Amino acid sequence: MASQPHEVEDLIRRGYEHGFYTEIESDTVPPGLDEDVIRLISRKKAEPQFMLDWRLAAFRHWQTMETPRWAHVHHAPIDYQAISYYSSPKAKKDGPKSLDEVDPKLLETYDKLGIPLHERAILAGVAVDAVFDSVSVATTFKDRLAKEGIVFCSFSEAVREHPGLVEQYLGSVVPPGDNFFAALNSAVFSDGSFVYVPKGVRCPMELSTYFRINAANTGQFERTLIVADEGAYVSYLEGCTAPMRDENQLHAAVVELVAQEGAQIKYSTVQNWYPGDENGKGGIYNFVTKRGECRGARSKISWTQVETGSAITWKYPSCVLRGDDSVGEFYSVALSNLYQQADTGTKMIHLGRNTRSTIVSKGISAGHGQNAYRGLVQVGRDADGARNYTQCDSLLLGDKCGAHTFPYVEVRNPTARVEHEATTSKISEDQLFYCTSRGLSPEDAISMIVNGFCKEVFRELPMEFAVEAQKLLSVSLEGAVG
Amino acid sequence: MSAVAHYVGEFARRRDTLPGAGNAWVDALRGDAIRAFEADGFPSSRAEDWRYTRLGALERKGFRLAEPGAAVDPDALDPLCLPLEAAWRAVFVDGRLAPALSHLPSGGDLRVTPLADALADGDASLGTRLTPGERRPPSAFTRLNTAFMGDGAVVRVEPGHTVERPLHLLFVTASADAGAASHPRLVVEVGAGASLTVLESYAGVGAGGYLTNALTRIVLADGAALEHVKLQSETDDAYHIASVDVRQSASSRYVHRVFQLGARLGRTEYDVALEGEGAQCTLDGLFLVAGRQHSDLRLRIEHESPECRSEQLFKGILDGHSRGVFDGRVRVHPDAQKSDARQTNHNLLLSRDAEVDTKPQLEIYADDVKCSHGATVGQLDDNMLFYLRARGIDGDTARALLTYGFARDVVDRITDDAVRNWVADALFARLPDAKHLRSLVE
Repeated sequence: MASQPHEVEDLIRRGYEHGFYTEIESDTVPPGLDEDVIRLISRKKAEPQFMLDWRLAAFRHWQTMETPRWAHVHHAPIDYQAISYYSSPKAKKDGPKSLDEVDPKLLETYDKLGIPLHERAILAGVAVDAVFDSVSVATTFKDRLAKEGIVFCSFSEAVREHPGLVEQYLGSVVPPGDNFFAALNSAVFSDGSFVYVPKGVRCPMELSTYFRINAANTGQFERTLIVADEGAYVSYLEGCTAPMRDENQLHAAVVELVAQEGAQIKYSTVQNWYPGDENGKGGIYNFVTKRGECRGARSKISWTQVETGSAITWKYPSCVLRGDDSVGEFYSVALSNLYQQADTGTKMIHLGRNTRSTIVSKGISAGHGQNAYRGLVQVGRDADGARNYTQCDSLLLGDKCGAHTFPYVEVRNPTARVEHEATTSKISEDQLFYCTSRGLSPEDAISMIVNGFCKEVFRELPMEFAVEAQKLLSVSLEGAVG
Repeated sequence: MSAVAHYVGEFARRRDTLPGAGNAWVDALRGDAIRAFEADGFPSSRAEDWRYTRLGALERKGFRLAEPGAAVDPDALDPLCLPLEAAWRAVFVDGRLAPALSHLPSGGDLRVTPLADALADGDASLGTRLTPGERRPPSAFTRLNTAFMGDGAVVRVEPGHTVERPLHLLFVTASADAGAASHPRLVVEVGAGASLTVLESYAGVGAGGYLTNALTRIVLADGAALEHVKLQSETDDAYHIASVDVRQSASSRYVHRVFQLGARLGRTEYDVALEGEGAQCTLDGLFLVAGRQHSDLRLRIEHESPECRSEQLFKGILDGHSRGVFDGRVRVHPDAQKSDARQTNHNLLLSRDAEVDTKPQLEIYADDVKCSHGATVGQLDDNMLFYLRARGIDGDTARALLTYGFARDVVDRITDDAVRNWVADALFARLPDAKHLRSLVE
């Protein structure tokens, strides 16, 4: 244990593995935000009038809003006029029709990230709708999905090809004026993914999107909308890395999920954006609004997240349990190291009868990291028989970090049962001694204990993600003997 | 007239008749407080601290400082008091000490000085002893208390002494005017190695609809011990706002139990600072509300030194259209290694129209700590009800019995026999069919 400070320092000095930057000519709008910029974005994307009106309404509302201050995070004020709101890889005339047409430099970037985009994609059975900065450049497995009637495409394409679906569902879970960052996103969102799974269809593969922020000074504002119609099932994977840059990059995404009667959506995230350097300089600001609505009876939405990156994470994937017997789940591992700040958690809003929710949150703090769980469990007046179980555990590695828990429980129905438990601890010397006396190196012991600590969450992840997540955690924690 | 202007006006009208008026330091203390209150007013409904408690009704009432001279029938006070042979007693009527009803030690280890006397005779050093620390900005109610404080007590135990008899401080509102207000202030200082039991209780026997705005400041020296029981059984249309500020030196022990049973709106705020190494505090509480009652308990426990322990057990029982709020935060400061903090909050909802909001929070900046909290909300167990009904106990009694059982462990934790029995009586009195219930459990 005496060696801890050294090892923590070793850990802090580790470089960011995915820190590289691809030089690609970007078609970038100069920094600044006004109605003209929004009109420009809308025009560049050849959007129908309803989209432009929607964006402008959101922008006008956003101008009346203030930056939220309630989160347990500290950062310098953000100058929203210093951000460029649109950037797309320089397009060839008609856009790429196959991978061969895609800019080779772009493909190289994907290669470095290990994205299974070529044959590997087929071998891995993963369809990728890769977002490079703001415009989707390649989408695979479309045909197979199309056969099932599943729509899986970039948001811009959805706006053009399926305007009816977009108009019906966009903003129906996260209204444009929901919060400061959601309003900003609604006004300027560039692209993202759209998924529609028709009635009774079980999506035959995991859908996956890799996000990447590339051009400097370009905030990325994705918008994801997933609709599972009656009895449908879909599992969606989201993973991120970003190149090493000095400026703080703002990321304000919105994710909306809609589950109709009997539908199931499983949404998994591994987030490993640049966390800033050992002095707390740089890193991504990740201010995300994620919300799912279980609209129909017996529907289910499950969020699983592994958050190891970003300088600041501000993220509360939530479930509105409107349908009777619907189920919401939230499984989270959040790691804050260096000077990272994470304020993350969930909201479970029980409105229907016999709705159930489970929250398992594991926070790991190391270095100068601050990790907060913030959650709300609300049981409405009519939610007879609602049930919630919440477990928040924090693990502290090092004496400069912090772990915080801010749960809110609001119950208006006497038949509800709500339980919340939270613990905070460090890896005990007993545990370490037990492992090391059996021949494990302290590193392996820590890794094993931390992985055990997170096991309940990892087992909710799809296979390939679970492996990646464990590796990510081990790498991030090497040397952090607590 | 706005609520703020009302109190500022009241202050201008009453300032010269308040105890200690003319004493420069007292005037300055009061003046600063009312100016700060005038500037900031009441907390906004958007303030996180007041998220679940609305003050609109309280603000609209426009309470006035109770006039002296309300008659109190000593017999009416009997059920409100611990038996005389069991405890020292100080009775405050409408915020003023009533010497005829009180029975206090004359000299010795325990000294109880009426605050009004202290304000009139004391010097500026008393001012700092009266005023809570600057850990957080004073609230509107703290400021009003400072501006209007009329009476109360300065309680002091000399180092090394153990006071055997509990001290009962009874605050009773007897004013015949609806909308009377009292602002009692209590200072308890326990010397090094000394120990004391204090019972602080609040009740109303007059017109009702009054406001009690109490402030208690407690300072425990090294190794001091204080058991502090608070029973709030104001009338159901009263408003009770209280703030308890505790500073603990090394190895001191503070044990508190609060029973919040009365008042239309009852809120007690605790700020406990574990300043010295190895200090311990236990805070337990129970609120039992029905009808349109609103109960709010807010705790802030600061672990500022190593090896401190804190433990809380809070329970809430809600019936009718009542609403209960629990907001407990434990903060472990960067150097407070080996901290041990445990917090538990259980709530029992008995009615479809009741609402409970709970917010147990942990903020931890040290790594070698053991901290946990848990919160539950639920209803009476159907199996238990069935068990009792199958044995011939009717539904209402069975429910009352289980409710009592839920509440009982908080009462049972009181160590002083006389105080425990007396609190149990007060609790029974709030449950339906108390007599029958007693016969079943005793």
